[in-house]
Amino acid sequence: MIDWMVPFLIGFPLLIALLVFFVGNHKLRAMIIYTGAAVIMAVTAALTVTFFMNGAQTVKFAVETEVIDHVILCTELFLMIFVSYLCFKYRKYWIALLSIVPTLLIAWFDLTVPKEALTHIYVDRLAVLMCLIIGFVGSMIAVYAAGYMHGYHVHHTEVQDRRNVFYALLFIFLSAMFGFVLSSDLMWIDLFWEITSVCSFLLIGYTRTEEAITNSFRALWMNLLGGTALAVGIVFGGVFCGTTNLQRMVYYGRAGIGAATITIALIAFAALTKSAQLPFSGWLLGAMVAPTPSSALLHSATMVKAGVYILFRLSPALHGNMTGDMITFVGGFTFLAASFMAIANCDGKKVLAFSTISNLGLMVACAGMGTSGTIWAGVFLMIFHAVSKSLLFQDIGAVENSIHSRNIEDMHGLLFRLPRLATFMFIGIACMFLAPFGMLISKGSTLKASIDEGNILMTLFICFGSAATAFYWSKWMGKLLQKNNDGRYVDVTRRNELVSLYFHATVMVGLCLFYPAMSTSFVHPLVQELYGTVVDVLPLSTLVLMTVIILAVFAIPLVAYGYTKNLETERKLSYMNGINLGDNKHFVGSMGEARQANLVNFYFDKLIGPERLMRPSCVITVVVLVVMICMIVGGAVV
Amino acid sequence: MSMNSILWALAYLILAPFIGGLMEGFDRKISARMQRRVGPPLLQPFYDVKKLLNKEIIIVSRGQSLMMITYMLMMILTGVVFFLGMDLLMCFFVLSTAAAFLYFAAMITNSPYSTMGASRELVQMMAYEPAVLLCAVGLYLATGSFYVRDMIAGAWSPILKLPGIFIAFVFCLTIKLRKSPFDTSTSRHPHQELVKGLTTEMGARNLAFYTITEWYEIVFLMAVVALFIINSNPLSYVAAVIVVALVYFLEILIDNSSARIKWEKMIIMAWTCTLVFAGVNMIILMLIK
Repeated sequence: MIDWMVPFLIGFPLLIALLVFFVGNHKLRAMIIYTGAAVIMAVTAALTVTFFMNGAQTVKFAVETEVIDHVILCTELFLMIFVSYLCFKYRKYWIALLSIVPTLLIAWFDLTVPKEALTHIYVDRLAVLMCLIIGFVGSMIAVYAAGYMHGYHVHHTEVQDRRNVFYALLFIFLSAMFGFVLSSDLMWIDLFWEITSVCSFLLIGYTRTEEAITNSFRALWMNLLGGTALAVGIVFGGVFCGTTNLQRMVYYGRAGIGAATITIALIAFAALTKSAQLPFSGWLLGAMVAPTPSSALLHSATMVKAGVYILFRLSPALHGNMTGDMITFVGGFTFLAASFMAIANCDGKKVLAFSTISNLGLMVACAGMGTSGTIWAGVFLMIFHAVSKSLLFQDIGAVENSIHSRNIEDMHGLLFRLPRLATFMFIGIACMFLAPFGMLISKGSTLKASIDEGNILMTLFICFGSAATAFYWSKWMGKLLQKNNDGRYVDVTRRNELVSLYFHATVMVGLCLFYPAMSTSFVHPLVQELYGTVVDVLPLSTLVLMTVIILAVFAIPLVAYGYTKNLETERKLSYMNGINLGDNKHFVGSMGEARQANLVNFYFDKLIGPERLMRPSCVITVVVLVVMICMIVGGAVV
Repeated sequence: MSMNSILWALAYLILAPFIGGLMEGFDRKISARMQRRVGPPLLQPFYDVKKLLNKEIIIVSRGQSLMMITYMLMMILTGVVFFLGMDLLMCFFVLSTAAAFLYFAAMITNSPYSTMGASRELVQMMAYEPAVLLCAVGLYLATGSFYVRDMIAGAWSPILKLPGIFIAFVFCLTIKLRKSPFDTSTSRHPHQELVKGLTTEMGARNLAFYTITEWYEIVFLMAVVALFIINSNPLSYVAAVIVVALVYFLEILIDNSSARIKWEKMIIMAWTCTLVFAGVNMIILMLIK
């Protein structure tokens, strides 16, 4: 069963992409998107069920793949020509080099060096988990996009309507992501990696404004740089270790073979660029100019997780060596620095971007420490982050379509002015930082693991980073809560957008409720599979305690609501030194005129704004990366 | 979960408000004596709360009561988890969630003074959070477990290994308790520039909830202080009570002898103290482990 589902999941989205690209009729196109999304979700679900019905055995197949290998090589060459053409068109000649050099290197390697024949497709629990995220979150975002892009083009009349390209790219991207997580051959992984980079580049440049073009090329060169590292790593490993199989490479890396160490370090470096870790965070921030569905899908829920995913795969070979230390430091430092920079932003999408970078940093650090405990925490972080960020991004897009701003200061009292969307936002944010929801528990587990590892810096990064994280989320939530007497906004959210929002919110709450159960039934075995050892991260008593607390946390506001509902109260005006003009908003100014009281949150942008922190943070990480890569390569050669 | 721990949790649930109230009574009395006043009777805090509970409820925003009750119940939950001997890290996480609800309660009124106070409270939370987490880290390093029930069963008092972390925790306790010089968000003493800050719009029953929650909170926080002292020897409980009394007296002394400082300075002081004392202490512990 699984051996046809895998190619179907990779091939079917491509078919949908072709269809939506050529169908001009809006209604028909939307229908194709819905059908495509439904089929992808159904097959993903079927894949998961079949996988578990077979006792969750790892499935490997596709040994002889000569024809497909040629197709893949041709696609790589086509991508190279396409990217080079665009680079020359926009006069960014040097970026073309980052595509030409690795592609030719791969082509030379593919055609001349013989490789051992091993399986190319590898389906285990981690791959199934990624498929679930891509299949469900991704398809739902595609459904959302069908509605969102309509509203987008109503408001942004200056942007040329290229919706068919947008939808097509989303589906090509889904196909590439499926391919990426299901392949075990590094040559295949490399191709899918490049496709996601190019999709991201094209989506960022969707509006074709000057800013969009600059940002898209920044994303392109950073991702291609990672791609170059990946290609060099693959060829190096292929020549000196004689394999391009990822699992085999990890096995060699664990055994401490020098060439494999270098390959793994290069792949890990590539993962850092994909996951937008410092000093490569700039591209993700720039990517926020793209329409929201692409931010939700590529730049928070799935594509940036590709880097984390590959690090999870590598993690058994990262424990206790220099590459692991490098990855841990960069991830931990990114977590801290991005959390601070998130405080200084009032653009909602920017805050989400910084928070994405910072959470990815934590996951990357988890992979870098490479123990079963940290991977357990990392996998949970990934699940929760994918759903809640996707929810938040889609929601902020819908809010922007309704209130024509995504500035957090404009969301004053949104819970009372745009209740439905604000509630979604509330759920999303609550799951990001309030106890006992998943993100915080995972953070706690990461903290425990870093103490056990004796990683002093990481412990400090987490302690200070969490303080900053709680700060920017709380102040955002507080803003939503500030009830003033302004009228309601008109909620222009379309039905297809709502389907996706409700789906995400429900899944989010479900995840929080069934978190302990999920841990024992799914994530524990997943980690065991990766490490081949029994792990015991959460004892039963903690699980019981967590379930009790989760129930209490859901029950407490209900109890409180029941109490306050029938309370006899009298209203009064808020205190403004006796000069409240009666609407809780205006007061009498010194000249006797009515003045409005504007309540603004703390941002400290002069103190810890990105303008101030970004450069030094980049310098620190660049120095660490350069020094440590030199040491790794030197250590492996000597 | 043993019978014993359930009894402890029940005792906390029932007795904490009385102990907390008494402690506040002592606070007022001692503060008054420090200022050469006679001061209110010891039971004055109870009279105050009784009066607040019986007053007519006048509110700015209906949602505030909801937030206040959630704040109170979360705070109680924190203490119960603690006295059941459970995971200390989990306790602190629930504690920070409770604190977030206090912030929401102040924000929901949309009142200028309340909002300003709430924003500053958020800064205070950010200032003390690292020290609180490092306190859990330190106790874990010293006793080998995050569980309170294991922490109190050691042969030696954890403070012997954690002097630096203890100092940092006590320092940040001043911020958590909103004592001068760190009473930027709200203050017991006349609070000129922000009226009553965070609590400006809390009246009647909501203010009573706030006060009762503070009592629960102080008992919980002092229990954390005691955690540094307690070991398997029953006599250590006596020592713990003495240390708690001394720490509480120190807080009152600091409260009465220092002037409020700006929040920028507070966060710098708190984090420097955390890094220097708790950080160095932790590094030494990790290296000798």
